[in-house]
Amino acid sequence: MSLPKVRVPYLLLFPGFAFLFTFFILPIINLAQTSTQTPIAGGDTGQYEQTLAFSNYVQAFLDNKEQFGRSFLYATLATLFALAIAYPLAYAIAFKSGKFKNILLVLVVAPFFTSFLLRTIAWKQILGEEGFVVPGLRSLHIIGQQTTLTSTSFAVVAGMTYNFLPFMTLPLYASLERIDPRTIEAAGDLYANGITAFRRVTVPLSLPGVVAGTLLTFIPAAGDYVNAAILGSPNTKMIGNVIESRYFKIVDYPTAAALSFTLMAAILILVTLYIRKAGTEELV
Amino acid sequence: MATERSLSPEARSILGTQVSRRAVLAGAGGLGAAGLLAACGGGGSSAGGDANAVRWGNWPLYLDFDEATKTYPTLEKFSEQTGIDAKYFEDYNDNDEFFGKVQAQLKLGEDIGYDVVTPTDWMAARWIRLGYAQKFDAANIPNKVNILDSLASPSYDPNRESTLTWQGIMGGFGWNVEKNPKGIRTLDDLFAPQNKGKIVVLTEMRDTIGVILLGQGVDITKVTEDQFMNAVDFMAKKISDGWIRGVKGNEYAEDLTSGDATAVIGWSGDMFILSSENEGKFDFAIPESGGTISGDNLMIPSTASAEGKLNGEKMINYYFEPAVAAEVAAYVNYVCPVKGAQAEMEKIAPELATSEYIFPTEKTASRLNVFRSLTPTEETKWSEAFQQAQGN
Repeated sequence: MSLPKVRVPYLLLFPGFAFLFTFFILPIINLAQTSTQTPIAGGDTGQYEQTLAFSNYVQAFLDNKEQFGRSFLYATLATLFALAIAYPLAYAIAFKSGKFKNILLVLVVAPFFTSFLLRTIAWKQILGEEGFVVPGLRSLHIIGQQTTLTSTSFAVVAGMTYNFLPFMTLPLYASLERIDPRTIEAAGDLYANGITAFRRVTVPLSLPGVVAGTLLTFIPAAGDYVNAAILGSPNTKMIGNVIESRYFKIVDYPTAAALSFTLMAAILILVTLYIRKAGTEELV
Repeated sequence: MATERSLSPEARSILGTQVSRRAVLAGAGGLGAAGLLAACGGGGSSAGGDANAVRWGNWPLYLDFDEATKTYPTLEKFSEQTGIDAKYFEDYNDNDEFFGKVQAQLKLGEDIGYDVVTPTDWMAARWIRLGYAQKFDAANIPNKVNILDSLASPSYDPNRESTLTWQGIMGGFGWNVEKNPKGIRTLDDLFAPQNKGKIVVLTEMRDTIGVILLGQGVDITKVTEDQFMNAVDFMAKKISDGWIRGVKGNEYAEDLTSGDATAVIGWSGDMFILSSENEGKFDFAIPESGGTISGDNLMIPSTASAEGKLNGEKMINYYFEPAVAAEVAAYVNYVCPVKGAQAEMEKIAPELATSEYIFPTEKTASRLNVFRSLTPTEETKWSEAFQQAQGN
């Protein structure tokens, strides 16, 4: 009551800031410190000391170029596939679903009711030798008798597309739903046919959803390791798998930390370029 | 066919009767089972623990379990006899992972949530080196004398002052009988055309590379870095050429049942159980050139309280009673480390008393090899090479 007005915003910010400081800023500082350490001479497994070895970054990157490239390739593919699937879906829900709108929206979110891990393991069974997909495709001669689907890049990208699909669908739906149908009618009045109206009116107005959806899909997909671990093979490992293995298996904390920072930086750069290109004013 | 190398028909039939209780657990997925149990406790919550309890972190499916009552019969009996509340957590899934999880607390001397843990030999060695293990009070574990002579003095704990073997694990070849009717005895059998792209090997470096090294005629008790790297290259080549489909932990069992894998480098007990659950569709053998053997060890972490340690010792002592050990072995099917358990097994499951996989004869034991212990530098370098070979 007697608080000077100017302090109120700070008080409101405090809980969020305190939380982020403890669980984001401090760990990041710790991670940064770890990333430049080297093993103690004569020390035991997992014992490191600070030597400001920035060469860790170079080494870590050079050793894992392939997995970095693969991560961004898979994430890009998964984002594109998710967009291709989600756009018509969101469009149909927003404009054509009538009284089924709420049910369809619940169905989009429904997969979240079970664990991410379980759903990915289920994919493994669906695509497995004794699932129905492989024998079906084989009997139709679409794939060869020896071809398998699990442990392939296809399975990893498919799993990622599936797992991140709701993150693409919901923002798309939100921005499509907000479009005033009268703008589309107006395009018709101006003699635009359906395709032109869609291209010139609907798509531009839904761009904020596209930008938000692609970011929400691409960023977690690039750092994902669950799909590659469960659905992939040694030839489809992503950078997340390398970080996990460095941290838990080799007990090489500095390299794991350096790789994490490199991944963060790479994502940040790519996202910045993307937003610049897409235009920030679209990101509402 | 030498029964010495394959599961005997008797063993299969006796295991057939156990299918129901195991199948439910394993069928629901190791995940489900582990998740369920983890949800019940999760270790760390009861910091310090109450004075009359012991908290034991062990690998999944590694203690006799009664599906009907959802209890661990031997552990229940222990609690009844001693009044100690034994809390059991099936959350030791991987040596490296578990170490990664508790290492920071061990370093700071804070309670890790367990009074007894079950690391594999080489990991137990690391805990001892780093001072993270407590020495037993010998007076509390009189049954210590029951440990098999062959296990009594490992290099990392020559007098068994802070570890005692929980179970021994054989590493060898496992296969799908329909796809490999002649069985697998050599690396050439493993990398036969019918298994191309359907071979899975273990993430446990010492077992996978150990079996490969033995196949190449290398003595793994004396392996050099060159020989090791050579075997890693062999594996990497088999991966890039599309022979090996994956490098996995316990999940290789699921790949075998789903048909994604037809041949593996795997563990005896797992293959035994898989076979019984699938009407003998799978089999296991120690390779002609020899298999690996390692042990998981009961150990008390440095962070356990005095009461936790005492209760842990009482529990370890209890599991070294031959009758109790036999009961456990009848369920888990791994190599039983306790003298006199074989005689006890005669009483409860005579068919298993002759199993080479629970009670290996001297002849079988002579074909099993222990991977030599590594220096910390070697450990890092070798596991780095092993990880890189699997694309990490």
